[in-house]
Amino acid sequence: MTTLPPPGKVKLGLVIDLDTCVGCHACVVACKGWNTENYGAPLSDQDAYGADPSGTFLNRVHSYEVQPEAAPAQIIHFPRSCLHCDNAPCVTVCPTGASYKRAEDGIVLVNESACIGCGLCAWACPYGAREMDAAAKVMKKCTLCVDRIYNDNLPEEDRTPACVRTCPAGARHFGDLGDPDSAINQLVTERGGFDLMPEMGTQPVNKYLPPRLKDKAPEFDVLAPYLTPVTEARGFLGWLDRTLSALPGARD
Amino acid sequence: MTHHQPTLDLSPPVSDEIRQTTCYMCACRCGINVHLKAGKVAYIEGNRNHPINKGVLCAKGSAGIMQINAPSRLRAPMRRTGPRGSGQFEQISWDEALQTAVDWLKPVRDTAPEKLAFFTGRDQSQSFTSLWAQSYGTPNYAAHGGFCSVNMAAAGIYTMGGAFWEFGQPDWDLTKLFILFGVAEDHDSNPIKMGLGKLKGRGTKVIAVNPIRTGYNAVADDWYGITPGTDGLLILSLIHLLMQAGKIDLDYLRRFTNASCLVNEDPKSPQNGLLLRDEDGKPQVIDRATGKLAPWDGKGVDPDLSATWRHAGVTHRPVLHHMADRYLSDTYAPEAVADVTGIPAARIRQLAAEIARAFDDPVTLEREWTDFRGLTHKTMTGRPISFHAMRGISAHSNGFQTARALHTLQILLGAVETPGGMRFKPPYPKPATAHPKPNSKVTPGAPLGGPHLGYPHGPDDLCLREDGSPARIDKAFSWENPMSAHGLMHMVISNAHAGDPYRIDTLFLYMANMSWNSSMNTTGTMQMLTDADAEGNYVIPHIIYSDAYSSEMVAYADLILPDTTYLERHDCISLLDRPICEADAAADAIRWPVIQPDRNVRAFQSVLCDLGHRLNLPGFVNDDGTARYKDYADYITNHIRRPGIGPLAGWRMGENGLQDGRGTANQGQIDSYIANGGFWQAHVPGDAAYFKPWSNAYQAWAVKMGFYDSPQPYIFQLWCEPLRRFQLAAEGEGNRQPPDHLRARIAAAMDPLPIWYAPLSDARTDPDDFPTHALTQRPMAMYHSWGSQNAWLRQIHGQNPLYVPTDLWERHGFSEGDWATVTSPHGQITVPVAHMAALNPNTVWTWNAIGKRRGAWALDDNAPEATKGFLLNHLIHELLPPKGDGLRWANSDPITGQAAWFDLRVRIAKSDPREACLPDHPALGHPSHTDNSTAAHKP
Repeated sequence: MTTLPPPGKVKLGLVIDLDTCVGCHACVVACKGWNTENYGAPLSDQDAYGADPSGTFLNRVHSYEVQPEAAPAQIIHFPRSCLHCDNAPCVTVCPTGASYKRAEDGIVLVNESACIGCGLCAWACPYGAREMDAAAKVMKKCTLCVDRIYNDNLPEEDRTPACVRTCPAGARHFGDLGDPDSAINQLVTERGGFDLMPEMGTQPVNKYLPPRLKDKAPEFDVLAPYLTPVTEARGFLGWLDRTLSALPGARD
Repeated sequence: MTHHQPTLDLSPPVSDEIRQTTCYMCACRCGINVHLKAGKVAYIEGNRNHPINKGVLCAKGSAGIMQINAPSRLRAPMRRTGPRGSGQFEQISWDEALQTAVDWLKPVRDTAPEKLAFFTGRDQSQSFTSLWAQSYGTPNYAAHGGFCSVNMAAAGIYTMGGAFWEFGQPDWDLTKLFILFGVAEDHDSNPIKMGLGKLKGRGTKVIAVNPIRTGYNAVADDWYGITPGTDGLLILSLIHLLMQAGKIDLDYLRRFTNASCLVNEDPKSPQNGLLLRDEDGKPQVIDRATGKLAPWDGKGVDPDLSATWRHAGVTHRPVLHHMADRYLSDTYAPEAVADVTGIPAARIRQLAAEIARAFDDPVTLEREWTDFRGLTHKTMTGRPISFHAMRGISAHSNGFQTARALHTLQILLGAVETPGGMRFKPPYPKPATAHPKPNSKVTPGAPLGGPHLGYPHGPDDLCLREDGSPARIDKAFSWENPMSAHGLMHMVISNAHAGDPYRIDTLFLYMANMSWNSSMNTTGTMQMLTDADAEGNYVIPHIIYSDAYSSEMVAYADLILPDTTYLERHDCISLLDRPICEADAAADAIRWPVIQPDRNVRAFQSVLCDLGHRLNLPGFVNDDGTARYKDYADYITNHIRRPGIGPLAGWRMGENGLQDGRGTANQGQIDSYIANGGFWQAHVPGDAAYFKPWSNAYQAWAVKMGFYDSPQPYIFQLWCEPLRRFQLAAEGEGNRQPPDHLRARIAAAMDPLPIWYAPLSDARTDPDDFPTHALTQRPMAMYHSWGSQNAWLRQIHGQNPLYVPTDLWERHGFSEGDWATVTSPHGQITVPVAHMAALNPNTVWTWNAIGKRRGAWALDDNAPEATKGFLLNHLIHELLPPKGDGLRWANSDPITGQAAWFDLRVRIAKSDPREACLPDHPALGHPSHTDNSTAAHKP
C-alpha cells in the first residue's frame, strides 16, 4: 500500500459555491475537453451514438431536491470531483504506488504507467470521484489541471483549472487552501465553507460554500413604510399634485 | 510503497495554433478560442477579450468539438428518391442541386413569387436572407421569432424601443434587486450566468417568478411559483400596490415617457383615445412653465404630469391619470388576483415591498449629461431594480400584454436606462417608429418594395391583398395578428396545406426542424408535408431544405443543400441583424473557416449568393451578368446597405484611413476581424452610458456610428398608440376595417394600456377536464436539437421524464419508474414520469428538444432520446379547438402571432410501463450522412 507524503504547506484545491452554481455543466464539459487532450489517456466514450452511451468524466454535476418542512422545495446543484484529501484513502489503498499525493502542492494524481486498473482506489474513495476508463483501463481522476496551473505555455491568467476558467457563474474558485491569507481561504471563512463528509476522516482540501438561506421571511415590515398608501384629500391625484409641486421647475 | 512521485511535464505544449471565432452552439454568440493540433480542432475555450462571454464558456460551447465530428453531418447534396418522410435519397452534384432549385424557383418568380415560402430557423444571417427574399420578390419570408419570443421583442420595441437579451441587460454592477420572470435556462446563456455570479458575489437579492424552480430559479433567494399564464396579472397587482404607495418616479415619468402626454378624450373625434396632437402631429403636454399646451419635445418644455386641458366641453387628461384610473382599481388588489396567480396576497405585498425598498435606495453617479430638450442634469440617478424575462411570459396568447405590463412596471419605477436598472445595448434604444414597416406587395419578376418584417403603427400598415385577405402565407400583419413583427413560422406549413389564404409551390427552409420540435402538432405536420392531392401530387409540391445535419426535417424535403458546421464557414453577427453589443459597447463579430470541410458541403449563405446569381436577382448580379458575390465572405465585405453602412461596422474605409461605424468597403476587413479575435467593439462614451434615448451625447454617438442618420430622441410609450389605432378600427373608425368575426377580439386585446386576460385556449378548454398546466424548458447544457447528436452532451441529457408536482404525484399513486398518459384537447402521449417538489402544484413540465425521432441525427434507432425522450409538441395544436364557425383560429397571441406554446393544459393518468414513449413513429431512413464512427474517444 502507498504512503502519503508528509503534510505540506501548500494545499491547492477548489472552493465550490453551492449558492451560485446554476447546474449548467460547463465545468463538466470543459474538463472533459481539456483532459481528453492532455494528462494521460484520453477520456473515452463508449456507444457514443448508440442506445446506451457512457464515458469517462472527471467532474460531474448532480442536482438534488431538498424539501424543508415549512418552506418551498429547493434544488441544489452539486459539482462532484476529487477533493484532493490530505488523508487520501485512494492513495493509501493503492497496491502499486500509482495513486499518489504530490508533496509540493497536495494534488492527488494517478501515475498511469504504474496503474494496473485494479479499481481499489475507486472503492476506497467515499466521494465516488474516480472513474475507470473503459478504453484505456486505467483509473482517471481530477488532476486539478496540473498541466495547466504551472504551464509556461499558457498566459498567466489561464494557469487555472479548465473548470474554473470556464465557469460562467464564477461558482468555482482555485487557490492555496494551505495559506490562511489566500483569497479563497478568506472566502471559506466569510461564507462558512465546509468539508464534505468530514466524518470519513479524509480531510478534504476542496471546500464547498453552503447555499444561503432561501425563502426568508422579509426582514422588514411588508406594509409600512414601503407600501403605505398615499393618503391625501384627493387620493392619488392629490398626492400627485403635491409631489409634483415639490419637484424643481414648477411654475410658482 | 513509500511515497514516490514521477516527474511530470508541467508545461506541455497546449496547441499549435489558436483561431478565434464565434460560437454557434446556441444563439448567444460567445467568442471562442479554437485550439488546433496538426490542423485538427483539439480544444475550445472562451475568448477572454470577447464582449459577450469574457472568457467563460458553457457546456455546449466546450462540446462544439464533438459537433464537427458528429456522424450526423450531411455529406453531399441529395435528391429524394423514396416517398417523403422515408429518408431515401441519392447524392447529386452541386450543379444538379442548384439547377433543380432554379428549375423550381425561376418560373415561380416570373409568375407568382408569393408561391415561394422562404423561412429560416435559428440562423444568424437574417439581414442577408431577408435581402435575398426581398430581391426574389416573395412576401413570404421570416425567421423563427414568431415561435420563439416575438412577444418579448415586440412589446419591448413598441413600449420603450428595446427589450431584453439582445436589446438590453440588467445593470449587473449597480442593481440592488434582480427579479427574473419566466426565464428557463437559456436566452441568454453565459451573460445571465455571469451576471448572477456578480450579484451572488456581493450578496444582492435575486427573486425568481417561475412555475419551475430549476436552474437560475434554483439559485434565487426567493421563489414565486406562479401559475403559468398569469404573470401579467401579478405584475399589474404590483403596479397597483406601488402606485397606491406613491413608489413611482414622477420626475422620470414626466420627462422621459408619455405619461405626461394628453389623451384625446373627445368621443366624437376620429382620434379618440389617441394622444392629443398639434398641427405638426406632435403629441401635446402641458408645460409647467407656461401652463399651456406644448409639443412633447419642445426645447425647454417642462412637462406636467397631472395638468389637464379642457376644450370644447371635453377634459383631456394625461396618460398617468388614465393609468391611475385603471391600476388603482380593486381589480388588481392582491386579494383579487391571488387565486388566479396562485400567489397569496401577503406574498404579492412582500414582492411589492421588496421593490419599494430598492426604489427608496437610489443610485447616483456623478456624471453630467444633457437631454434632448436642452436641460443639463448634474448627475445620473436611477432606481436600482432590474428585471429579466423571456419565453415564460412570452409564449402565451397574452404574452404581448404581459411583456408590456412588465416594461410598464420598469418604467413606472424609473428603472430603464438609469443606473442600477435596465440598460439598452446599441444599436438600441431605437423607437418603433424608426423601424421599417412591413412590405408585401408582389410584382412578378421584381423585388419586393422593402423589408418583409417591421413594426406596423395602424391598420394602414397591414399586409393585406386588395380583397382584404392576408397577403402572407403565415397571415402575419393581418387582422388576426396585426403586430406580428417576426412573422408566424409555426403557421406556414399548416396554412399552405389548408390553402388558407392560398397554396404555395415551394417551401424553402433553412435550419428549421419543422417536422419535429419546431412545429406544434408534430404528427399532423408530418401528415401535411406528405399529403397528396387527388392527382397524387404533394399538396406542398416542392420542399428545399438546408441544414448541416440529418435532422428530422431532412427526411421531409425533396432537395437537400448540405450546409457546413459553424467552424467551417464565414458568418457575420451584424449590427444590421441581431447584434452582440453590450450596454457599454457597440460590437459585431464574424465566423470564419477555422477548419475546412471534409465533405461536399457548402455554406448556405454562399449557396444563396450563387442561387441569386442563377436566378438573376437584382443585387446578386453585376451589370455584365456575372455573380455579384462569389461567396458570403465577399458579401460581408462588399455589400453596402445604405451609404457608408455594410454588414460589419469595424475597420471600414474612410477618407483618412480605417474608421468605425461608417465608411466604404475594406478588402482587408475580415482579416482585421480575425487579427482582433473575431470581433469589433466601440465603447459608448461615459456621458452617453445611461439615459440613451434622451441623451444628446448618446444620440450624437449613435449617428456617428451609423445606427441611424439623424438623432432620434423619443419618449417611452406607456400609452401605446398603435394598439389604440387597431382598437379604433375595431370600433368602426376608418376605412380599413377588420372582418366582423375579429372585431370583438381586437377591441378587447389591443388595449393601449397593459391588460391581462386569460390564455385564449382556456375559453375553449374545460378546466375541470384539463386541470394541469404543461410546460417545457430548455436545459442549459443542450440547445434545440443539436445537442442530441453530440457525444458528450447526450450523456448529460439523453432522455426527459415528465416532472410531476408532489400533490399530483401522490394523488395518482406514482412511484419511481412509472409512466403516464398525458392528454390534451388535441392529443395524447405516454411518457415516463418523475417526482419534483419545487414546482407549481398545478404544473407538469419536461425538457424540450431532447426527444428525437428514431433514426434521426445518426443516432441508434433505440437511442434513449427516441425511446425515453419525447416532445410535448404532440399535445399542442397550431389551431385553437374549433368553435363551430368553420374558421381556423391560430393558437397564437392575437396581437403578435407569437406561438402560444405555454397555454397548454392537460390531464395525466398512470399507465403501464413501456419500452418507448408514445407516439412512437417508425424509424426514419438514414440519409447519407457521414459514416458513423462510434467511438468518440479522442476527437
